[in-house]
Amino acid sequence: MSDVNQPAAHPPVTDWVHDFDHTDPQWTEDPFPIWDELRAVSPVVHTKRFLCCYLPTTYEAVREIANDTEHFSSRRIIVRDVRPEITSRNAAPPITSDPPEHKPAKQLLLPPFTPDAMKKLEPRVRAICNELIDDFIADGKVDAATRYSKYIPVRAIAHMLGIPESDSDLFINWIHMILELGIKDENKLLQAVQEMTAYFSSHIEARKNKPTEDLISYLMNARDKDGNPLEDSHVLGSLRLLLIAGIDTTWSAIGSSLWHLAKTPADRARLIAEPGLIPTAVEELLRAYSPVTMAREVVKETTVSGCPVEAGNMVLLSFPAANRDPKMFPDADKVVIDRRENRHAAFGLGIHRCVGSNLARMEMQVALEEWLKRIPDFRLDPTGTVTWSQGTVRGPRQLPFLLGKAM
Amino acid sequence: MSERLRVHVDPDKCQGHARCKALAPELFELDEYGNAHEAGDGTVPPGLEDKAWLAKANCPEIAIDVIEE
Repeated sequence: MSDVNQPAAHPPVTDWVHDFDHTDPQWTEDPFPIWDELRAVSPVVHTKRFLCCYLPTTYEAVREIANDTEHFSSRRIIVRDVRPEITSRNAAPPITSDPPEHKPAKQLLLPPFTPDAMKKLEPRVRAICNELIDDFIADGKVDAATRYSKYIPVRAIAHMLGIPESDSDLFINWIHMILELGIKDENKLLQAVQEMTAYFSSHIEARKNKPTEDLISYLMNARDKDGNPLEDSHVLGSLRLLLIAGIDTTWSAIGSSLWHLAKTPADRARLIAEPGLIPTAVEELLRAYSPVTMAREVVKETTVSGCPVEAGNMVLLSFPAANRDPKMFPDADKVVIDRRENRHAAFGLGIHRCVGSNLARMEMQVALEEWLKRIPDFRLDPTGTVTWSQGTVRGPRQLPFLLGKAM
Repeated sequence: MSERLRVHVDPDKCQGHARCKALAPELFELDEYGNAHEAGDGTVPPGLEDKAWLAKANCPEIAIDVIEE
């Protein structure tokens, strides 16, 4: 949903090929025909909005850019109206790191997020899903975005970090300020970063006297490649990153999956009859409704799929558009719930592969399993409206359902 | 004559998506960072050939080779 109080209103887009805008209401509502139109014109298109930005439209162009850290930097990863100076205050290693700093920063974060580590977290996530369902199942209707999909990832990551799950609404608000309002309002972003930093600083201080078994203590005890403890700013940046990256991304993916199942009874029936197919279905739903669009900054001129790109431009690195490329995926515009071959790029490609991909997959599987077990019949509420988030992460923010069999 | 298959993960290409481990857990192992390598010498036991091809077809980084010997 677009926000009413945006300081810089963007004129509506009339020429998508030369003037695209991923914050335009048309893109927010239904980006798929736009990507198809642009892909038919060129593997890379350009806009003068956002201080000049490219958009690769094909899977191959997205892969080329993701794998080319020489010409494309990750120091800026959100396409915005402004390009504020880069400081350690807004860096969030490893997502904002380039080689050679990237690898050691990423390796610090990887061990707590392996598939085996996620198995240990799975029972807690299953319990969270059921606690949420308990709260609304008797009502016969629910906004599945605000009562279910939203709270699963935020409570799971809070549990991992060792901070109170009851602070969830605080985290959700910061993320909204950074990822949505922050595209056009620098002050909102800075305020959210400041508040997060203060919040985590107090949790770090508390652990200095009394270490815990959680992810915050894990990072505080981590050593860099020379054996030295991480600087506080590095720990804080990583904590901010985990919170930001771990929440509305998976919230969106779970929401889009439920939205698809609400309006596709055949897929729903199949997953109930064959729950073993859910992991395959999760991959297909990730492909078809990939939530995350990243960005790069061109630091050295080069060509992408034959198209020249110039330094100083941003790149909107649309993994969602890549995943709809019919050259890569037969029937790319259809959800094929049992698709066997699926090299989707929902978690990125190359060195910046999402650290939390195993967490997100586990959360999606568990969220769908528990929902379908307890609510096999549900549909979109015809009197309600589904709304979608704007910008970097796309997913339903209002998802009104009627529960139970249709009369 | 039935062919013998061997899988191999290119460690320079693998980024730890772990799709191979999910689809063919008998054929792949993950290190402490979640990056994959083939189990043992990569020999695919009879009956697991489909899983080997499936793992290859689902690796986003095209890091998996299935070698027919």
